[in-house]
Amino acid sequence: MSKELLFKYVLTLGDDALILGQRLSQWVYKGPFLEEDIALSNISLDMFGRANLFLEYAASLKGSTTTADDLAFKRNEREFSNHILCEQPNGNFANTMARQFFLDAFYKLFFEKLAESEDEQLSAIAQKSIKETTYHFRHSSKWVIRLGDGTAESHEKMQSAIDNLWMFTDELFEMNEVDNNMLTQKIGVDCLTIKAKWDQIIDEVLSEATLKRPENIHMTSGGREGIHTEHLGHLLSDMQYLQRAYPDAEW
Amino acid sequence: MVKEISTHTIWELLKTIPDPEIPAISIVDLGIVRKVYFEETTLYITVTPTYSGCPAMSFMKDEIIRHLELQGITNCQINTSLAPAWTTDWMSDEVKTKLKEAGIAPPSAEINCPQCDSKKVQVVSEFGSTACKALYKCLDCLEPFHHFKPI
Repeated sequence: MSKELLFKYVLTLGDDALILGQRLSQWVYKGPFLEEDIALSNISLDMFGRANLFLEYAASLKGSTTTADDLAFKRNEREFSNHILCEQPNGNFANTMARQFFLDAFYKLFFEKLAESEDEQLSAIAQKSIKETTYHFRHSSKWVIRLGDGTAESHEKMQSAIDNLWMFTDELFEMNEVDNNMLTQKIGVDCLTIKAKWDQIIDEVLSEATLKRPENIHMTSGGREGIHTEHLGHLLSDMQYLQRAYPDAEW
Repeated sequence: MVKEISTHTIWELLKTIPDPEIPAISIVDLGIVRKVYFEETTLYITVTPTYSGCPAMSFMKDEIIRHLELQGITNCQINTSLAPAWTTDWMSDEVKTKLKEAGIAPPSAEINCPQCDSKKVQVVSEFGSTACKALYKCLDCLEPFHHFKPI
């Protein structure tokens, strides 16, 4: 088995959690009210915990002296392979909830499959993550419903958030060379098979929220190959600042 | 020197280490200590994280080392296992009673107010002051309280 391909596979899972966790942490002390501030911080922490598990595993596959911190803080934008949706700015609260809702629904289904992976470590992390993602999904989907089926203004903002982020959702289901290889080896997940279930979940929640499912007019991707939107660089410059200014600093 | 100590003694010692965020229960009550065994002269302790991002995990590991060192046990290695994933099902009824006495509704599908036992409770936030708790309030006695989330 090619360790390099497994490394790339695990890296994407770690990058998704890391970048989404960093985005969510930007809400800390700016939440719309105290309980929600705490909720977003909690979810962010779960993401960092998950990122740590995946990146530690990735680092062990890389061998030599690479650590999870090296992967998080010493790679450039083009070396990150997270899905573009994760790096999208927080925007208003509706934007953050739409992003979270799309990703929670995806990862809930993804981890259920990954739990069956023949790779023991991936299966263990997946089993752990499912439980947390179930809570996250309940939180984000409830907000989509509450805001969609709320006031005229909240409805309009929620619909516009769903519309604006829709173009990034297709990438979640794209299967590249790494994914196909991992699937053949019964390590990875067949994202095409979870697409129908994801569509169903999205449709159910959007319908309860009185929101419209957008058309697939122009879908974009490239994150897996390191082609990101301009937002990732800014996020990294903030996240990696300390390690770049004071290499190998510890506390 | 380590060999003379039984694993039973180690378990008893671990039971005296409080959960840093819910000091009413010990780290053993919480269910994060999975295995205690000796190999040659080294003591191995296997722990499992509650939530993957729980910031108290590293502190709890440090506390285990510190408590063991106080007893003169320095040859100890702590390993982390992820599977089976931690679940609140591992908590005994005795532990659940301790939580209730501390004002935290124990993990269960039916949530009663830990103060007045009322069933009329309302969720305030699914996410509380720690990863493992949700925030509720009682509609009868009006007290806010934490619920230890069942996972």
